[in-house]
Amino acid sequence: MTPSTIELPVTADDYRIARYAAAAIALTIAEAALPSPLPGIKPGLANIIVLVVLARYGWRDAAWVSLLRVVAGSLVIGQFLAPGFFLALAGALCSLAVLAAARHLPARLFGPVSASVLAAFAHIGGQLALARVWLVPHDGVFYLLPLFATAALAFGAINGLVAARLLAMPVVKAA
Amino acid sequence: MKDRVPDGLRELLAHAAGAGHAPWRTLLLPGDWLLLLAAGVLVAASYPLLWRGGAADRAIVKRDGQIVTELALNAPRKYDVVGAIGTTVIEVQPGRARVLSDPGARQYCVQQGWLTRANAVAICAPNHVTLQLSGRGDRSGAYDTLNY
Repeated sequence: MTPSTIELPVTADDYRIARYAAAAIALTIAEAALPSPLPGIKPGLANIIVLVVLARYGWRDAAWVSLLRVVAGSLVIGQFLAPGFFLALAGALCSLAVLAAARHLPARLFGPVSASVLAAFAHIGGQLALARVWLVPHDGVFYLLPLFATAALAFGAINGLVAARLLAMPVVKAA
Repeated sequence: MKDRVPDGLRELLAHAAGAGHAPWRTLLLPGDWLLLLAAGVLVAASYPLLWRGGAADRAIVKRDGQIVTELALNAPRKYDVVGAIGTTVIEVQPGRARVLSDPGARQYCVQQGWLTRANAVAICAPNHVTLQLSGRGDRSGAYDTLNY
């Protein structure tokens, strides 16, 4: 086999992001197997990884992991460019925007749980906004908002607690 | 019962339950509690607000596209509309309305039953009569009809 003449330089950053993104994608796929009472209500376990990356390595890495997760996860599930993909992307983008703002909250008072809950609300807000203008062009989508908001609060809090727990553990240096 | 769990499994369960870790509550900072509380209040408040938005408060009865009457959906009553081939009877109860009887052959509008949502509509075409519900603040008519 002819060796490739194209060399892509890979940095330590790339490996780290790829490793976390792989974990996030695995969680996305595992979650896709769970039955959901309503389309759009999901635990969002992959966001635990995003929160951990955000706290450890900053917003840029978290954005990479989150968006790689959406694109690669949807490719694996077979949802790429389907409506669900765009809803997930809208949610992820809104979450990242809110997380960028939430980093300026005083760290002494607000931990990963706050970031997680805020991001969860942003996620469902972005999804509903896109669904409203694109998929369901009337206000009927908002009848379900209380259910979505409840799920966002519950899962946001749980994911935030798990992320806080992971962050409280000593960092294991990868080989 | 608990004594019969093998040591390996017991350790595993203890680990899963958080033994040797910081307790869960220490992971929540004061601001987190405040935010969770505020979010919980907002979520709870959103339930009645949003579910009321789609409720209807008025029934509009039309004949040949012209409004015959508007009935408030706050008290039970019946209303007769004389149409092209006979009399259509509209029945109103608090929060809902229906076509009780109609001279039309196929009875589609009668079989539709109670209408409860704003913008829902029942059309008795043979008799040229329509019954439409209208909600708060949507009189400009963003939609012609909604079906469920």
